Amino acid sequence: MSTIESALLDMGGLDILAAQNTPIHRRDPRAKVLTALAFIVTVVSFSKYDLSGLLPLFLYPVVLVALGNLPPRYLLGKLLLASPFALIIGVFNPLLDRTILLRIGPVGLSGGWISFVSILLRFLLTVSAALILISTTGFNAVCLALTRLKVPHVLTVQLMLLYRYIFVLAEEASRMVRAWSLRAVKSRRMSPKVFSSLVGQLLLRAVDRAQRIHMAMLSRGFDGEIRLIRPLRFGMADALFVLAWTAFFVLARACNLPQLLGQAVLGITR
Amino acid sequence: MHMADALISPAVGGAMWAATGALTAYSAKKLKAELDERKVPLMGVLGAFIFSAQMINFSIPGTGSSGHIGGGMILAILLGPYAAFLTIASVVAVQALFFADGGLLALGCNIFNMGFFPCFIAYPLIYKKIVGDRPTQGRILLGSTLSAVLGLQMGAFSVVLETVFSRVSELPFATFVLLMQPIHLAIGFVEGLITSAVVGFVWKARPEILELAADAKPIGNLSVKKVLVGLGMATALTAGLLSWFASTHPDGLEWSMFKTSGKEELKAPERGVHAAAESLQQTTAILPDYDFKKPAKPSEPETPAEPENKTDGAAPVVSAGASVAGLVGAAITLVLVGLLGVALRMRRASN
Repeated sequence: MSTIESALLDMGGLDILAAQNTPIHRRDPRAKVLTALAFIVTVVSFSKYDLSGLLPLFLYPVVLVALGNLPPRYLLGKLLLASPFALIIGVFNPLLDRTILLRIGPVGLSGGWISFVSILLRFLLTVSAALILISTTGFNAVCLALTRLKVPHVLTVQLMLLYRYIFVLAEEASRMVRAWSLRAVKSRRMSPKVFSSLVGQLLLRAVDRAQRIHMAMLSRGFDGEIRLIRPLRFGMADALFVLAWTAFFVLARACNLPQLLGQAVLGITR
Repeated sequence: MHMADALISPAVGGAMWAATGALTAYSAKKLKAELDERKVPLMGVLGAFIFSAQMINFSIPGTGSSGHIGGGMILAILLGPYAAFLTIASVVAVQALFFADGGLLALGCNIFNMGFFPCFIAYPLIYKKIVGDRPTQGRILLGSTLSAVLGLQMGAFSVVLETVFSRVSELPFATFVLLMQPIHLAIGFVEGLITSAVVGFVWKARPEILELAADAKPIGNLSVKKVLVGLGMATALTAGLLSWFASTHPDGLEWSMFKTSGKEELKAPERGVHAAAESLQQTTAILPDYDFKKPAKPSEPETPAEPENKTDGAAPVVSAGASVAGLVGAAITLVLVGLLGVALRMRRASN
């Protein structure tokens, strides 16, 4: 399957997950957006040598994946495929920072390795938070929440249109690429010249389509706003969701829970 | 060149969010003032177009590898700066949400790096000046190549600055610059040629589409100044506020995995200022002592510490008692979180 089609399937997959009905999916989109932001800020605010402090935060993705009935393997697969930029940059840390910070018996761990693992953990936490947000909320609902949170209207309307037309245009693109590959039997990759005119052609079709869409929208009374039938209601459960998670994040940030737990356990066994 | 959440500090992420937010609001206002609502569906469709175009790979001549376009300059040329900025913002947002490119906190950085430079620097100051109102094939080629190269260079440099200021990565400024800029020079050159070919194609086939964009008034001097001043203020304010909140660990040198809890929080404000000042100093000093670490103070855990562990004078010493407690605690935490997840799942399945 071509990359275009698999990417489309991928996006569709997240939307299908978002169409479920679970306690997490029922929360108001605003609650989920705010909680996800609080989570990410908490994660990145940890010191770069702090590993154990980050661990309790795994509670958030784990609980949401479990209660939201999301397939963990599918999400993990997406995580692994995600942009490797953080890893490429992070892998320099062990080379550059060789101060020994921790000794476990004879083995000395350098600060670089610790901060590298910390980058990995941060990556897992933050990226899974974004994926979970979409797969428990759905893209349009996120846009709606953003509108209510005072993000400029032009941007959110445009986000929804963009999202809608990705599927249409990407299918068009994939048809064009297929047509090219059927005719260009010997060349396996497109030359820049062919690519430019193919993309230019796609662009012209896109512009024509935009004009037709605009006329169709005008004739149906479009005035620059998109109205959604689904009402948003921020109830007690939503407030509780935000407050409870935020309280947990603050707690996990303020005191090193694993450390306390370890001390308690060792105190008992001693 | 997507910046990642894992590499940025809250201060940098928040500051870039503020800058991006200000630019978004400004562009939205401008667009409303132009009353060009015809552009809204066009923006959506062109955003989707860039998205689809990014999925098509082409071979890069002479290298044997293949690449895809970024497309920021194409949007700026077709839509004008304001609409293009909003479109790029939404493309980057969809990438962050669906393909986990970057992350939500880094979204501010990414929109800024990929949107601000092509739309508000490269387009008005380079492309517009070269191509002007009377495009020719030659001018389009020169203008789009130059602006794509410079836009990408500035974006890459901004990635470097954001990474260095965040100080999660250990890469020193100079090394990172030498790593990023040449790579992006090559990428920018290819991007520029493709951009000029696509724009040239559109110009030959349907010149009126380019005129649509040219209608958008270029930014006058006054408003650029206003934008920059506003941006600067928003950025400084957020960075200050956030670093006050964020830096309970002032210089990133403190080994805190096994620290006992709760002592630093009270002194946060003073440490914040200290941290901000020091990070400024550290990053302006650029090179040599970047990976030199002062020994952190030995932590003083509640459990009795074994002093004989303090063998290595240069390295921070962590008492054995505390590290065992930390490791045990970490292991238990992971197991607990995992078990909770399994339990919740099973309960759902049985319902």
